[in-house]
Amino acid sequence: MADTMPLYEVFVRARRGLEHRHAGSLRAQDAEMALQYAREIYTRRREGVSLWVVRSGDIVASQEEDAPAFFDPADDKPYRQATWYKLPEGVKNL
Amino acid sequence: MAEAQDLEARFQARIDNEERIEPKDWMPDAYRKTLIRQISQHAHSEVIGMQPEGTWITRAPSLKRKTILLSKVQDEGGHGLYLYSAAETLGASREEMIAALHGERAKYSSIFNYPALTWADIGAIGWLVDSAAIINQIPLQRCSYGPYARAMVRICKEESFHQRQGYDIMVSLATGTPEQKAMAQDALNRWWWPSVQMFGPPDDASTHSARSMAWKIKRYSNDELRQKFIDQAVEQAKILGLEVPDPDLEWDEASGHYRTGAIDWDEFNRVVAGDGPCNRERLETHRRVHEDGAWVREAVAAYAEKQAARQAQQVAREANAGEAEQSRRVSRGREL
Repeated sequence: MADTMPLYEVFVRARRGLEHRHAGSLRAQDAEMALQYAREIYTRRREGVSLWVVRSGDIVASQEEDAPAFFDPADDKPYRQATWYKLPEGVKNL
Repeated sequence: MAEAQDLEARFQARIDNEERIEPKDWMPDAYRKTLIRQISQHAHSEVIGMQPEGTWITRAPSLKRKTILLSKVQDEGGHGLYLYSAAETLGASREEMIAALHGERAKYSSIFNYPALTWADIGAIGWLVDSAAIINQIPLQRCSYGPYARAMVRICKEESFHQRQGYDIMVSLATGTPEQKAMAQDALNRWWWPSVQMFGPPDDASTHSARSMAWKIKRYSNDELRQKFIDQAVEQAKILGLEVPDPDLEWDEASGHYRTGAIDWDEFNRVVAGDGPCNRERLETHRRVHEDGAWVREAVAAYAEKQAARQAQQVAREANAGEAEQSRRVSRGREL
């Protein structure tokens, strides 16, 4: 029975002002239970002030093996980094 | 009534305590409205800002400068998207925000109502306009509204590239032929005062400041930020060997700041009110491009609809097949 429960991904916001970060996953029969479980599994020591649970199946992810080709557009553009530019001596606040 | 006061007190206490406000928290209507106005206008500025620079992509002097400018203009579009999304967490819709821009109920940074006349303007925009933007945006990384503050962290990092590439163009021109140096000086002459005005009206004439300060949407006054920009840019101009177009500019030893001559606020107000050199052109371009893009949005919606219908059919087919299988099993069971 247990393995028919869907998988949920859990995101925890550690502090107000910070983004929610992925903490791990769990199985639950519905979203409400997932939230209860997430509290018990991932925030037993006050690790968070807010939780998100998302059905793992609802996450659309890029594929690890495709990564080199998928992210390749950024490979030949080092000029997008500020540090790529040489500054004249003595210039400040740039 | 007492409950509303409690909520408001808790909200303000959070802000006073340097905690962030997050989308699902209770917040006063005026706070929400102020943020939607500010964030959407910030987003509009990023997108409208693509126009003066975009006109130079096809005319950049080298392949290197062209790829850099393309990347920069692409970043500006990305900044617009981060910001529209942040405004949407407050319940604003993208369509309403665009409609407010087109209906001239929402503004964008007035600086983009000036034209980029020569290649040197691309240098001056990156150096001066993006420097001013960074000085404005660094404190916004600590803005009380979480999603806006987090968007600002990304944006500031990327703006730093924009500023450097601009200064790099200025260095090339200022150390080039006399004609190139004159071009750089001319661009500085035209962009200096509008950049100084980017921080908005002087503190005593700024209408929204006090409340935004109390809400920590804003952390420094317009004049404080402007002074910071002037102090930095004057020194940077010196290194370029260019002259800031202000005969009254002087170093004030006592305060440790540069003092400028009078700022022409009539000009600023005129441009904000719609009578700058490019106001009409900027809005017309935005409206036209938005309308020209309607078929793309329609095609995307039609495609999604078709995919959903196909998927529903597939699910129905599988369900039917499953039922058939089950009834076969049942009848077999009876036979046994």
